[in-house]
Amino acid sequence: MNQDGADKSRRRFLTAATTVVGGVGAAFLAVPFLAYWRPSAKAQAAGAPVEVDISQLEVGQLINVKWRGSPVWVFKRTEQNIDDLPRLDNLLRDPDSAIDQQPEYARNKHRSIRPEIMVLIGICTHLGCSPLFHPDSRPQGMARDWHGGFFCPCHGSYFDLAGRVYTGVPAPTNLVVPPYHFIDDDTVLIGEDEGAA
Amino acid sequence: MNQTKSGGLMGWIDERFPATKMWNEHLAQYYAPKNFNFWYYFGSLALLVLVIQILSGIWLTMNYVPSGTEAFTSVEYIMRDVEWGWLIRYIHTTGASAFFVVVYLHMFRALMYGSYQKPRELLWIFGCLILVALMAEAFMGYMLPWGQMSYWGAQVIINLFAAVPVIGPELATWIRGDFIISEITLNRFFALHVVGVPLAIIFLVVAHILALHEVGSNNPDGVEIKKNKDKNGNPSDGIPFHPYYTVKDLFGVAVFLIFFSIVVFFIPDFFGLFIEPPNFEPANPLVTPDHIAPVWYFAPYYAILRAIPDTFGGVVAMGAAIVILFFLPWLDRGRVRSIRYRGLSFKIALAVFAIGFVLLTYLGTQPATGLNTLLSRVGTVIYFGYFIFLFVYTAFGLEQTKPVPERVTMK
Repeated sequence: MNQDGADKSRRRFLTAATTVVGGVGAAFLAVPFLAYWRPSAKAQAAGAPVEVDISQLEVGQLINVKWRGSPVWVFKRTEQNIDDLPRLDNLLRDPDSAIDQQPEYARNKHRSIRPEIMVLIGICTHLGCSPLFHPDSRPQGMARDWHGGFFCPCHGSYFDLAGRVYTGVPAPTNLVVPPYHFIDDDTVLIGEDEGAA
Repeated sequence: MNQTKSGGLMGWIDERFPATKMWNEHLAQYYAPKNFNFWYYFGSLALLVLVIQILSGIWLTMNYVPSGTEAFTSVEYIMRDVEWGWLIRYIHTTGASAFFVVVYLHMFRALMYGSYQKPRELLWIFGCLILVALMAEAFMGYMLPWGQMSYWGAQVIINLFAAVPVIGPELATWIRGDFIISEITLNRFFALHVVGVPLAIIFLVVAHILALHEVGSNNPDGVEIKKNKDKNGNPSDGIPFHPYYTVKDLFGVAVFLIFFSIVVFFIPDFFGLFIEPPNFEPANPLVTPDHIAPVWYFAPYYAILRAIPDTFGGVVAMGAAIVILFFLPWLDRGRVRSIRYRGLSFKIALAVFAIGFVLLTYLGTQPATGLNTLLSRVGTVIYFGYFIFLFVYTAFGLEQTKPVPERVTMK
């Protein structure tokens, strides 16, 4: 091509300006295309925090609430249950909740905000089955010290009444404590830390 | 070059579209080495399987419904109520496994004959990209029947992304579009499986073939046929792809289709390997199958994942197992291509690598018990060890090669 008389610097400027402006435009355009993949309003509504009224919850009773498609257990421990928790420490893999399976405010002996109210996601940390509740009875084949807890029938993992996993079972970690807080004395909000918007 | 102008209809077309020119460039006057052997069937077979998958896939789309409530029943509907629906679906499920059989053998051929070496690095990289795209395509396709294994397999694999530090959980949510695997995830995987990834694969296959025809095919002797040309300027050891290799490949196609048909008609689930038994139950987010195993073609990489005790470490190892393939042309510093003339240690290493790969494939489908985990670690060391060995062996001049002949041999 004959390029005699072409103003190269002007051409370079136009090319560079077009590239920069076009690049910025493409970057902006990428935002809706990527954000399109985020949970929609419908999905977020299904994953919204759940309010649970615990005024009627009896001591020793467990209720099953659905949050984000998973079962969440709210259980009111007896005095005996609370006293029993520290006795199991040497049978547990992570008695002090060192591994991040709970919010900071539940990193304590009873893995809850209030010692008597237990809140746990009822999904085994092994492969996602939902363990069974054994408040008093000993699950079949359990030979060790047992003060009530949860037993996963799929692969035989045991957890105590704070969702702490026993040693020597397939589940690697304690059950997960979801974010939650008390709106008032009788209401728990599951799915949101205190002070979150 | 034979550039005589033809008359008639072809002449009319050729003046407006390079039909004859392209035919000559890629078939009638594309000179391929005359000593291709059995291993050279798998490239054209991969192309055949791609066509089978696209055709059967389009047909399945006509009756499949990508919704949480209807996906499973629509697959049952295809199987039971649509005329010949069962055949179309079994062709597609068998085709998925056949694709990986053919591609893994095609890649093994490249390892044996050094087909990734200079100047075919880019050709090899396009091939690796096709493998990655194919894995994504297969993974997303496996989710669509919305059975128990579809659901929980996707759950496990997407949760791998959650193991990435800092952004992990957010990333997994972004991929799912929900807090758990749901219809939303199913819909986007459907879109990617039927439109997005197939387009990428077709584009990459075209690039792969163009790169091949630019540099020319390697051969079992690893000799560059372009070095010796006859008086017409064509390689002396080359023969036109058409009719010589089109006819040879047609024979391969016939044999392949016999095996393909046996699977489609008599053992479509291939003993639970091509279609896993838990997938005959609809997806249930509250109940996990007893044993989650990936489909066989992902098993080697799944075994590597499980061999590493740390979840994120496992994800990194699994990713590295794929990424390292891209660097093979630069890890192998040897300049003798074919296994026929390479050192004894190379032959042993490649054999051990192949055995390790098969071992990992087996272990990936088995429960992770103590012995299996130990063997997976051995397999993982073999897998990565091959590449490390190859680099050390060639970069420090330890390889004792045999003399490479000037011309190709016909053994």
